[in-house]
Amino acid sequence: MTAELLIEQLLNGLQFGFMLFLMSAGLTLIFGVMGLINLAHGSFYMIGAFSAAATFAFFNSFWLSLFASFSSAAVVGVIVEKTIIRKLYNRDHLDQVLVTFALILFFSELIRWIFGAFPLYLDVPKILNGSIEIFDGIYYSKYRLFIIFVGLIIATFLFFLIGKTNLGIQIRAGQYDREMISALGVNISKLYTLLFGIGAALAGLAGALIGTIQSVEVGMGEPILILAFVIIVIGGIGSIKGALIASLLVGLVDTLGRFLIPWVLQTITNPSDAMSIGSAIGSMLIYILMAIILILRPTGLYGKILS
Amino acid sequence: MISEKNISYISLISLLLIAIFAEYFNEPYLITLLSRIIIFSIAAIGLNLVLGFGNLISFGHAAFFGLGGYISGILAIHAFNSELLISWPFLFSGSNNSLIIWLFTILFCSLLALLLGALCLRTSGVYFIMITLAFAQMLYYFAISWPSYGGEDGFSIYVRSTLFGINTMQGLNFFLICFFWLLIILFTINKVVKSPFGLALRATRFNLTRVKSVGINPFKIQLIAFVLSGAITGIAGSLYVDLNRFVSPSLLSWQMSGEFIVFILIGGLGRIYGPLIGAAFFVTFEQFFGSYTEHWQIFLGIIIISTVLFAKGGIIGFILEYRKNE
Repeated sequence: MTAELLIEQLLNGLQFGFMLFLMSAGLTLIFGVMGLINLAHGSFYMIGAFSAAATFAFFNSFWLSLFASFSSAAVVGVIVEKTIIRKLYNRDHLDQVLVTFALILFFSELIRWIFGAFPLYLDVPKILNGSIEIFDGIYYSKYRLFIIFVGLIIATFLFFLIGKTNLGIQIRAGQYDREMISALGVNISKLYTLLFGIGAALAGLAGALIGTIQSVEVGMGEPILILAFVIIVIGGIGSIKGALIASLLVGLVDTLGRFLIPWVLQTITNPSDAMSIGSAIGSMLIYILMAIILILRPTGLYGKILS
Repeated sequence: MISEKNISYISLISLLLIAIFAEYFNEPYLITLLSRIIIFSIAAIGLNLVLGFGNLISFGHAAFFGLGGYISGILAIHAFNSELLISWPFLFSGSNNSLIIWLFTILFCSLLALLLGALCLRTSGVYFIMITLAFAQMLYYFAISWPSYGGEDGFSIYVRSTLFGINTMQGLNFFLICFFWLLIILFTINKVVKSPFGLALRATRFNLTRVKSVGINPFKIQLIAFVLSGAITGIAGSLYVDLNRFVSPSLLSWQMSGEFIVFILIGGLGRIYGPLIGAAFFVTFEQFFGSYTEHWQIFLGIIIISTVLFAKGGIIGFILEYRKNE
């Protein structure tokens, strides 16, 4: 193994981590403020990716398709919030799970109906094609660097939004006492719609960014949704800081685990066994991480103590 | 007068009658469907014990369904190929005997439930939902990336396991075995729910502090229920693999867990026979709409959403309510 390969995997882990953050930030805010467990968050990811692919097919512009991804996911998110999700805020978790599970079935099948069952592809724009020399003799994909960059910008933006703005104060207050802030004259239902829209938009953007590296297909949202759940559990529900740290942790552990474990096993056993056992263990690694953190801290790294 | 008890008797008897008619008119596909209804309802009955009576929303019961399925498949395929499964501390090359397969299924699914329960029950509420889901996904990805047993493609077993020399490849015989399991499990659940243990379990969903203050350890109650629940769902997985003679990672998928919850909801939450009615509705719905459009899940989604938002008691609740108003 060379140092270049290790650095490349490290950066891949970081890039994956930032994408996971786009997913988990919305999810953790929606849960923290509205008390809603939203399984359909993965559907917004998928909707973002598909609108990007459709826009790309029409206009052949990557930047336009990026714009399409988050705006369409936001629009769908707002519509869903106003028609269905709104009725769930006062229901128990089981109802929320069922309705958002049904939304996944609905959206997945709808997308399959419109676009067919075959995967679509998005192209990297010319300016981000190829790789760039980041250190002496170490090259890395420009596009993946771009993703890390976008992730950083959005993380900064979210921290600013939550920490410094009026809206952020309302959001944080909403996590503690819903009735009190509505009594103080904050239009709570508007706030919820806005927050749900922001969460959906971030998921949609992540869908388009990842869809460019992988393929755009029905069911792409659920694996990443489950990773986002793992992240929220590790980071603590409602905490943006926890979500960011846990996202990077999960991104790095997952990427490096899949890469390093087979390589370590090669020293003990033959290469093909090492490959198969290693990849099997590598795929379980983040769940083991989650189990350990749960044993140590049942409410996650930055979670509030459960009442 | 239609009571919950009568609804359950009617549904059990009609299942049996339809199966006998299907055999008489030579409709093997219908018998397979009926077996599927029963197997799914067993899986959901297992889940209902913790979800309906203990309010523990496990979104990971596919783990037990899948583990039961894989254990049965692995034992059967080794017996079929006469391959050694373990060589230490004794030689064992699988088994084709249903009793042994069920024994192993119950054993391993209980162990898994004990382990997962001990971890997941440290948390509650929404954490519990997400963690059960995450651990089930862990097993799913493990099954996909473990190449020995087919990986992503799964594997076929060629004959069903045998029980007392009965020809299980004959549809009605296999249906009757599933039906018998359903009766045993319904009987057990009925007893458990009405026992002091069941009362304690139902109490945990309302007020943990009060449960503790009368000297009951809620964690222990919930853990025992979780283990029993996992074992029952595991049996369903074992029967499902035998029915299809095929094992695949999709047994472990999170959609499976979601569907179990849907069966319970459609039938009526916290009712012993709810999952049976729910599974029967689901499978019939899938067959009926599936023959018109391949996009039937759109309509399923709409039905689930409207059921949750407007008809909370499920089908049984609806019938009972309707009768009361008359």
